[in-house]
Amino acid sequence: MTTREEGLTQIIEVFKDVLDDQSITLSESTTASDVEDWDSLNHIQLVVAVEKKFKVRFTSKEIQSWANVGEMITCILSK
Amino acid sequence: MKHFNEIKRNIKKDFSSFKTIKIALLGDTSTQFLNVALRGLAYDYHLNIDIFEADFNQIELQLLNTDSEVYQFKADYVIIFYASHKLLNKFYKTNVEARTAFANNKINQLREICNTINQHLTTKIILYNFPEIDDQIFGNYANKIISSWLYQQRKLNIELSALSASIGNLFICDLVSLQNQIGKSNMFRPSVYVNSEMVLNIEALPEVAARTLSIINANDGKIKKCLILDLDNTTWGGIIGDDGIENIQIGGLGIGKAFSELQYWAKELKNRGIILAVCSKNTESIAKEPFEKHPDMVLRLEDIAVFVANWENKAANIKHIQSILNIGFDSMVFLDDNPFERNMVREHIPEITVPELPEDPAEYLEYLYTLNLFETVSFSALDAERTTQYQVEAQRTQLQQSFVNEDDFLVSLNMVSKIEPFTKFNTPRVAQLSQRSNQFNLRTVRYNEAAIAQIGLDENYASFSFNLEDKFGDNGLICAIILEKISKEIFFIDSWFMSCRVLKRGMENFVLNTIVSFAKNNGSSFLKGEYLPTPKNDMVKDHYKNLGFEEQENYWFLNLTTFEPKKTFIQNK
Repeated sequence: MTTREEGLTQIIEVFKDVLDDQSITLSESTTASDVEDWDSLNHIQLVVAVEKKFKVRFTSKEIQSWANVGEMITCILSK
Repeated sequence: MKHFNEIKRNIKKDFSSFKTIKIALLGDTSTQFLNVALRGLAYDYHLNIDIFEADFNQIELQLLNTDSEVYQFKADYVIIFYASHKLLNKFYKTNVEARTAFANNKINQLREICNTINQHLTTKIILYNFPEIDDQIFGNYANKIISSWLYQQRKLNIELSALSASIGNLFICDLVSLQNQIGKSNMFRPSVYVNSEMVLNIEALPEVAARTLSIINANDGKIKKCLILDLDNTTWGGIIGDDGIENIQIGGLGIGKAFSELQYWAKELKNRGIILAVCSKNTESIAKEPFEKHPDMVLRLEDIAVFVANWENKAANIKHIQSILNIGFDSMVFLDDNPFERNMVREHIPEITVPELPEDPAEYLEYLYTLNLFETVSFSALDAERTTQYQVEAQRTQLQQSFVNEDDFLVSLNMVSKIEPFTKFNTPRVAQLSQRSNQFNLRTVRYNEAAIAQIGLDENYASFSFNLEDKFGDNGLICAIILEKISKEIFFIDSWFMSCRVLKRGMENFVLNTIVSFAKNNGSSFLKGEYLPTPKNDMVKDHYKNLGFEEQENYWFLNLTTFEPKKTFIQNK
């Protein structure tokens, strides 16, 4: 079972990879508007990459529901 | 296949040394990621793609209105992406009575779009066909119901192929085949579609981009022309030298079936114009024995253009095969079951394609099916004769070695050439030669069938095609010239390309004599030529200089009033 901290670390890796930006830092309270390039299109790519990393599948509703990174982690851990 | 993310990162790389291709991309769903995938993957194809992406859902608006941005952009390719999902939605909104004509109506619309484009642009059109959605409204029974979605969708895909057969510059990018290969769940992700209006799953984008670019690449003359086969455990099971002819595995039983089916596939490629060669570590006589005597062999010696079996290293042998065929290493594919040999060949000849064959021979064919190795943009009935022509070429090489004097050899060939303008009969072959010739090609302007036909009809152009026959046989149509009358005095040599099969026969002199006399008879005083260098046409760098043209500001001029006909051993047929 992944802890929230491990989850966050892995999500940061995914973000760095997908957005091609090694300087990205995230916390649980980070929202899309805090990260340059985290637009609606890249969001889809991030979601698919996170799914792959954690070997989970999100529902369409979940994909749209997260207000911040913490909620994404909660969602992953609930799977 | 690379992942979308890797491809996307390519976009930041330096494309400045690559050829630029202008693409207009239009879709009825979101095409932003497809745009990224095409541009990014193009880096690996050494292409710099300049994309005009139309606003969302503007296909008809842009393409039927000839004042639109697309028409101003003057794209080399117009790529049109109608999504199956949108089409299904339209189908459901169609009156039941009108549904039997649904596919036909869509085809008529697509034909109108293509015709409008072709009336106003010189471009090529790439259209994606429709990956199947089985809506299960009738179950299997849909096959009996002409007005069902499944029936109409399948009909549409077939009619689309027919449309592309009738419009020379329309190319279908086969997403139906791709979905069949990678599976619908990889092709389409409902959650991605719902959240982004994209019908292509991110995992499928690199595949779709590769399929699309392969059409562009083939149009640019980058095609595979030759398949080189290893023998033991590639062409048949077992080792001929150890096991003997009666014990190798081939035929209908067990694992032999896998090798037989691979041979049928290779033979089919040969019949469509791919040259087959053999490169094997074996004693030649033993290696040839199955081809001559084994009842279950599909491939026979006459199918193989160049047969090399010895104990030299394979890279050296492949270089030998290349020197006989006179084609680029990048147009060759080498199949070998042995990972060591594969790596050795890759290391010494990086341009060649060496598929990473699976360990189990039963998997060979299915794996090869996924690679789309032999994309092409032309096909003519003459292609099937190519192997014979290369075999005959080998005989000529032997004869040549028996003559000390080059001229004596050329005289002994009894060469005759038939000269014709471009006609509807030779258009396919001329277009094909235009696409395929890389080395002996002065300007490397690629013309498709429609463009060649157009030039044949245009009064400002004079066209010449040359056949060459000799005592060994007919080489077929091997050279073409396009002259453009640019002034009263001057004909410009828009195109001069020739098959490398007929190098060193004095064809250049014969061709020059022919076009000079034509130009003189039409009141001209000068021929103007141009050499545009590519990575492959270094061979003709001094072509015009050698023929007596004089250089002036990057062009070459030949004064016809002082021209003396060149020596030639070719008779006019």
